[in-house]
Amino acid sequence: MNIIYFLLPLALFLGCGFAFAFVISSRRGQFDDLETPAHRILIDEENKRKGPLA
Amino acid sequence: MSRTGNQQQLETFAYDDKVVKQFSLATIVWGGIAFLVGILAALQLADWHLNFGISWLTFGRLRPLHTNAAIFAFGGNAIFAGIYYSTQRLCKARMFSDLLSKIHFWGWQLIIVAAAITLPLGISQSKEYAELEWPIDIAITVIWVVFAVNFFGTLWRRRERHMYVALWFYIATIITVAVLHIVNAIEIPVSWYQSYPVYAGVQDALVQWWYGHNAVAFFLTTPFLGLMYYFLPKAANRPVYSYRLSIIHFWSLVFIYIWAGPHHLLYTALPDWAQTLGMVFSVMLLAPSWGGMINGLLTLRGSWDKVRSEPVLKFMATAITFYGMATFEGPLLSIKSVSALGHYTDWIIAHVHGGTLGWNGFLTFGMLYYLVPKLYKTELYSKKLANIHFWIGTVGILLYIISMWTSGIT
Repeated sequence: MNIIYFLLPLALFLGCGFAFAFVISSRRGQFDDLETPAHRILIDEENKRKGPLA
Repeated sequence: MSRTGNQQQLETFAYDDKVVKQFSLATIVWGGIAFLVGILAALQLADWHLNFGISWLTFGRLRPLHTNAAIFAFGGNAIFAGIYYSTQRLCKARMFSDLLSKIHFWGWQLIIVAAAITLPLGISQSKEYAELEWPIDIAITVIWVVFAVNFFGTLWRRRERHMYVALWFYIATIITVAVLHIVNAIEIPVSWYQSYPVYAGVQDALVQWWYGHNAVAFFLTTPFLGLMYYFLPKAANRPVYSYRLSIIHFWSLVFIYIWAGPHHLLYTALPDWAQTLGMVFSVMLLAPSWGGMINGLLTLRGSWDKVRSEPVLKFMATAITFYGMATFEGPLLSIKSVSALGHYTDWIIAHVHGGTLGWNGFLTFGMLYYLVPKLYKTELYSKKLANIHFWIGTVGILLYIISMWTSGIT
């Protein structure tokens, strides 16, 4: 079962990566507001204009 | 904006909906083919003469063609259509590069065509859901990286500070699928059509099912949950029941899922502790999975009247219900004593199809019925046909899984 010496660190690495992403984004305030984002996605401001845009 | 004082230009941009249209169309075309191949394979189980004596059409070759087409061609294109559409809107930005979008689309279709040619020819690694030979494995890796660069580039250039929960599900999908695919595809080629994995025996089996189960997790679950969290609120025009729960759902799911693979190897040569580990994590998965299901269904609270009349919501509500069924059945089947009953029986086939047809298929249909009229700025051709589609599909899946359950446990 030598493979476990590869799979276990790999899984831990992935897990730590996700944990790191969570801490960073949490510190940057991604999860400060857990109410309005759910509402904001319902608002689309799509332009009706035709033709190329900058 | 005043003309005199402010020199600043009003920034304008447009979404790339062409690639979304292409992926949507590809979803429908490959879906049809995947289902037809499935039907032929099923008929052959009833009467083997239906392989017509042609080696390319024998069950052993059609079966991987069916699974690959259903998961990676039908499911894959549906995921990409939904991700390209929603990511641009959630980021308030056009995709990072139109060229990369184009390469992604055509590259993926070429890979599917390569699969559709090589699998019937019997060119296969014989690893479930990873049958494709090494040149195609490399192509998949390249195209996936193209997709990743395009996605993360868009994320980087977003105009919306907050990353909506769907984006997190997409991020987890892209990163984890890359890792899974590469690790499971490390093989030594001996010719253009043949290679051997570097792992041997039970070690290969463990890597294979670590990949295999996480393919279910990160190809058929997380991306579709992301799509659910975007398209369900949009279609129902109401916010998700609990945004807080969706965040918890995401983080608990990604931390637990990666360990569940060994439940495919219960009562094998795999060390007992690894089997038990796989079983324990699989049972734990019930909590976040049902959290997500409940969050989805409760989003519809107060609008069940709309579910009755809107095919889009009908498909999605049923899809989420099937997700709940499949994620209850999964942990149950991963318990050693239950697995002893169910493994190698038709019960497993019922379980898999409840998930792929019921959850992935119906969510895709709901999404397409929402998306296509929007993309082409038109109305649905016939709501009645969509309703017929829904009822035939629902009754069909129920007949399928109930008969398979019955044959599995009796």
